[in-house]
Amino acid sequence: MESNDAEGSTGLAALGLGEPPDPPGPSNPSDPPSPPGPPGPPADEGPLADEGPRRIEARLSGSDRFYRALASTGAGITLLIIVLIGVFLLLEALPAFQSAGFGFLTTQPWNPDSVPPEFGVAAMMFGTAITAIVAMLVTVPLALATAVFINEYAPRAIRAALTSLVDLMAAIPSLIFALWGLFFLVPWLQPIEGWLVAQLGGSLPFMRAVATGSSLFNAGLVIALMAIPITTSIIREVLSQAPRHECEGALALGGTRWGMITTVILPFGRTGIIGGSMLGLGRALGETIAATLILNIRFEIKPQIFETGGITVASGIAVEFFDAQELGLSALMAAGLSLFLVTIVINLLAAIVVERAKSVA
Amino acid sequence: MAATRAIEQKPAEKQDIPDKAVDAAKAAPRRRPRAWRWADIGEFAGSAASALLLTWLIFDRFLPFRIQGVAFVVAWYVLTLPIYWLVVRDGHGPVTARDRLASLLITTGAAVALSPIFLVVGYVTVRGLGVIDFSFLAETMELTGPLSEADDGGLLHSLIGTLEQLGIATLIAVPLGVLTAVYLSEISGPLARPTRLVADAMTALPSIVAGLFVYSIVVIRTGWGFSGFAGSLALTILMLPTVTIAAEQVLRVVPGSLREAALALGSPYWRSVLLVVLPTARAGLATAVILGMARVVGETAPVLLTVGGTNVLNVNPFSDYQDNIPLFVFNQIRSSKETFVERAWGGALLLLVLVLILFVLARLAGGAGPGGGRSRRRKGAAK
Repeated sequence: MESNDAEGSTGLAALGLGEPPDPPGPSNPSDPPSPPGPPGPPADEGPLADEGPRRIEARLSGSDRFYRALASTGAGITLLIIVLIGVFLLLEALPAFQSAGFGFLTTQPWNPDSVPPEFGVAAMMFGTAITAIVAMLVTVPLALATAVFINEYAPRAIRAALTSLVDLMAAIPSLIFALWGLFFLVPWLQPIEGWLVAQLGGSLPFMRAVATGSSLFNAGLVIALMAIPITTSIIREVLSQAPRHECEGALALGGTRWGMITTVILPFGRTGIIGGSMLGLGRALGETIAATLILNIRFEIKPQIFETGGITVASGIAVEFFDAQELGLSALMAAGLSLFLVTIVINLLAAIVVERAKSVA
Repeated sequence: MAATRAIEQKPAEKQDIPDKAVDAAKAAPRRRPRAWRWADIGEFAGSAASALLLTWLIFDRFLPFRIQGVAFVVAWYVLTLPIYWLVVRDGHGPVTARDRLASLLITTGAAVALSPIFLVVGYVTVRGLGVIDFSFLAETMELTGPLSEADDGGLLHSLIGTLEQLGIATLIAVPLGVLTAVYLSEISGPLARPTRLVADAMTALPSIVAGLFVYSIVVIRTGWGFSGFAGSLALTILMLPTVTIAAEQVLRVVPGSLREAALALGSPYWRSVLLVVLPTARAGLATAVILGMARVVGETAPVLLTVGGTNVLNVNPFSDYQDNIPLFVFNQIRSSKETFVERAWGGALLLLVLVLILFVLARLAGGAGPGGGRSRRRKGAAK
């Protein structure tokens, strides 16, 4: 009996597909609390939402109650795991926060296990900020150009291939980019950097360097490789939703392609560009392996970004964890937690911005 | 000046338009605003050539130092931009000149952004191809020391470790993630909002922090020590939010009419989910799972802190040190011995191939999108 039902339901379901009503509409009644729909659907879907679930809600069989319990347990476990991680991180980090106090934010050296413990995230946060800034300065223009190129300039035939190429770039492990950066990119750039340092080091203090190579700047460049794909794919997705008729209107008025891009597409996608860049920034902040392999580990704030030596939070954890004792581990947890808090704020903001950019369309 | 240019320009355009109109005749004349003409290409080639000569002049005759490959190319490019702009401005006016210059800049930007992927794949293939052979896949590093030959030793222990850890992480993360996604999209109870929020937040968790967490709790606190299973747990933490979010997005796309049809026929909720919603979304779900695996297979930071790393084959993931391909590469590359570095490239190539396989699988599974499953289903129903 039940199997008959199922057969029939799939058959009819397939039939139901034949009719054209827009897909997002009908899915609404099944989850009323979902936020994305408010502007349009409630007006025309309101009566439907009232009628649909009412009768079915009435009788829940035993098996359905079991299914609900199972799915709720799954969601509950997921929620619990994630919340527990946050709580444990905080608990584990507490001793370090208590021991260091506010000095945690201003101290540069990292000796949590020495007899008067002396440690702080100042140097690590500085390195993280510099690498992230360098990575973003490279990523944002390149990602924007790539997104516009794929959407507007590339021949239609290779557009899909280019999109997959960006996705593939996002799938390549950061370890492999880091290796390539270490063995190919950095040696290739070294003479240029050496020349720049020699020419500009005299007049610009931050360009001075005794030795180039394993510097924060180079680490930032390699990290940019990992931020480019995610930023590009989000910007491309948002820009592709720019209203086509307005683009065609701009062209029909005699505008050039560049005119169309600057007057229609870029203003439309501004929030998406910001959101995509912030997601890329989140990726850049948490990147570990590139910084660990490329940087010459030095726990100090050094404004000369081309000079060898530096540290980021993530690479600091990777380097220090093995020798860490009780307080050292707690201090690393505290560093990890502060990094997590920074990335979480950036990602949540970015998620909100991107969501808004998409729902405008 | 501007007036004469405008006058000059107009006849040229007028000549163009009648030409095209005659060509296309009455058969729906189609305007092609993006088509390139030979004259445009000529303008660009001329600008590039003159910039090349100018660069050569500067580098070879005026400046006191010798030509450096990269600097030469960069200077050539930078000089091309204003020359091209001037040439086009002279011929077509400032608006067109800006448009052309922007095209050039955007195309270059895209080329610079996308070229690393070819360079990376090419470089890793060239350096790794000579290393990978059967013995590289079938031996461990147990008997390989600093004085061994480069073709001695292999990464069997790491390959086994990667497969086991990835398998365990998938076994934990996928059922949990899909169940959570079902809850979020089908039941949408009181837990939905907080769960979605923390899952979103969790994608921001730096992978090293996940590793540090498992290291502190599982490896140190419980006294279990390094083990493959600890690595799997760290990978699970990273995989869970990815799989959940991707699966939920796929389930949301399943048309509500399908669910309603199933329910209207008297099917209980669980049947409509199990037999209608999940099968409809199976292609997308497979993509979600594979993308989750691809995301964690190359993760180095979390396994660095949890798996331990060893040169010996250890098949049991639940006790003792294990190895892992990313970890193998990481440890070998940091050695100063050339033979170790060679092996690292072999491992990197193997890792790249694994990721490529997963990526292609995800494309094949998701190529049809959620619609693919539907059309197949419709054919079945028609029979």
